[in-house]
Amino acid sequence: MKPTLIGVTCLMLGAGAAVAETAPQAVEYDEYGAVAASLSGAAGDPVEGRVVVSTKSMGNCVSCHAISEMSDVPFHGEVGPVLDGVADRWNEAELRGIVANAKMTYDGTIMPSFYKDTGYVRPGDAYTGKAAKVAPLPPLLTAQQVEDVVAYLMTLKEE
Amino acid sequence: MKLTSLKVVASSALALALATGGAQADQEADLIINGDTEITVRTAAPAHLENLSEILSGWTFRTDETQALQMDDFDNPGMIFVDQGLDVWNTVEGSADKSCASCHDGPESLKGLRAELPKWNEDAGKVYTMEMYINDCRTERMGAEAYGWSDKNMVNLTALISVQSRGMPVNVAIDGPAQSTWEQGKEMYYTRYGQLELSCANCHEDNYDNYIRADHLSQGQINGFPTYRLKNAKLNSTHDRFKGCVRDTRAETFKPGSDEFVALELYVASRGNGLSVEAPAVRN
Ligand code: HEC
Ligand code: HEC
Ligand code: HEC
Repeated sequence: MKPTLIGVTCLMLGAGAAVAETAPQAVEYDEYGAVAASLSGAAGDPVEGRVVVSTKSMGNCVSCHAISEMSDVPFHGEVGPVLDGVADRWNEAELRGIVANAKMTYDGTIMPSFYKDTGYVRPGDAYTGKAAKVAPLPPLLTAQQVEDVVAYLMTLKEE
Repeated sequence: MKLTSLKVVASSALALALATGGAQADQEADLIINGDTEITVRTAAPAHLENLSEILSGWTFRTDETQALQMDDFDNPGMIFVDQGLDVWNTVEGSADKSCASCHDGPESLKGLRAELPKWNEDAGKVYTMEMYINDCRTERMGAEAYGWSDKNMVNLTALISVQSRGMPVNVAIDGPAQSTWEQGKEMYYTRYGQLELSCANCHEDNYDNYIRADHLSQGQINGFPTYRLKNAKLNSTHDRFKGCVRDTRAETFKPGSDEFVALELYVASRGNGLSVEAPAVRN
């Protein structure tokens, strides 16, 4: 297998114009799991981020987290903490790290790693139950989607 | 469906009341089927289970409406398939011109079997599930073709045989020659499969009783299998359920009937040692 090579090709094909984009394996986490720089090189859009957080086929974050502000979206889960006021608890770099790969912040957490493309046991082709067709896998969220989600999370302030 | 909330924390009461859409389950309820068969739906965890103190049937997590369907065989939609299983039992098939009944008489002759399956089969030299016994009888004793693991006739036969043991405590052996298979299943149970990197334990041990989206997570017990699911209006085999859960982690699943799923079945069955056989249970 040549994961790096294929990874680069995917990004070049997939990401088009985003020159400053950081590939999943190149993301730099600090010792607490935070990521300082934008993964896409661009700013996030909180409106898009809200869509990613609430949509099952995208971030599907509400399947584990409740968010009061999102009461228009049915069926919030309770596996993870309620995200109200999350921007009071974490800064942008920390939130980026949690969304990109929460395991760097919380060792062994059940929360999936959304910007990671290798290191899986029996990776599948999305929800088909069949074996993955490519390696590395496309990450669960694109770099820009991660930024959009972070921008949305930064709006969740209570203080 | 009524809108109620579970496990409401004071500060987030409003959020959860709005958010949690599943109707409430009566988790303290007891299950007595047809007014006479008492079902153990909660009991002390077997000694080998380090991380749980109590084991709970999936029935305790379902809504009042779903729970009620299992309390009377006239309401239990799974019983139609048990009847169909009896038709299969009595049907002569294959080159030996025999039906199951030709050798086993009525299905009640297999009472007690479901409670101890899967179990070590000395002749075959491996752990056997009910499906494997049935297929051996078909191919070796009836001269008929093996059923697919999820064939309707297969699932209905397993329901017919299982219901004979309804109310009996699950008592699966995990030591002796079955031990290495059991260890394999245990390892699988704690493996974080797929792109979501979720193990069975992440959902069914660490988070049972929590909601994941609209689903109220149970302990993923198999004492009720095959189960009738309101979702697809038929009986579902244990391995089909496993397959669905593995698929939902964005993983490559194992096949129903595979050695891996047989091992996982043995391990998961043993996590329910002490619960009653409930098949055919009703789930959503
Ligand atoms: C499978 C369940 C699951 C999913 C899906 C999930 N999370 Fe999490 N998340 C958790 C858990 C559990 C924690 C708590 C960390 C721990 O203790 O393991 C957490 C923690 C967090 C935190 C820190 C919360 C705080 O209050 O300090 C944030 C922020 C977060 N998640 C955001 C997200 C976002 C955004 C998504 C979707 C892109 C998401 N999560 C998807 C389970 C999940
Ligand atoms: C020709 C006779 C014959 C026919 C027909 C037959 N069986 Fe069997 N079956 C046996 C024998 C013999 C055994 C082994 C019994 C033992 O070892 O105690 C057995 C074992 C089994 C077992 C395992 C029982 C145990 O206690 O381990 C199951 C389950 C079973 N049969 C189901 C069926 C079903 C269902 C059918 C119809 C599809 C069927 N059998 C048809 C003779 C038959
Ligand atoms: C992402 C969470 C998740 C994971 C991981 C998961 N399941 Fe499930 N499972 C569910 C949900 C949701 C249901 C339906 C509600 C319930 O009974 O928990 C379910 C139901 C079940 C049931 C049916 C229980 C009943 O009483 O009818 C079984 C059995 C089961 N799972 C076994 C497993 C096994 C074995 C694994 C590991 C291979 C596994 N699950 C992994 C979420 C999960």
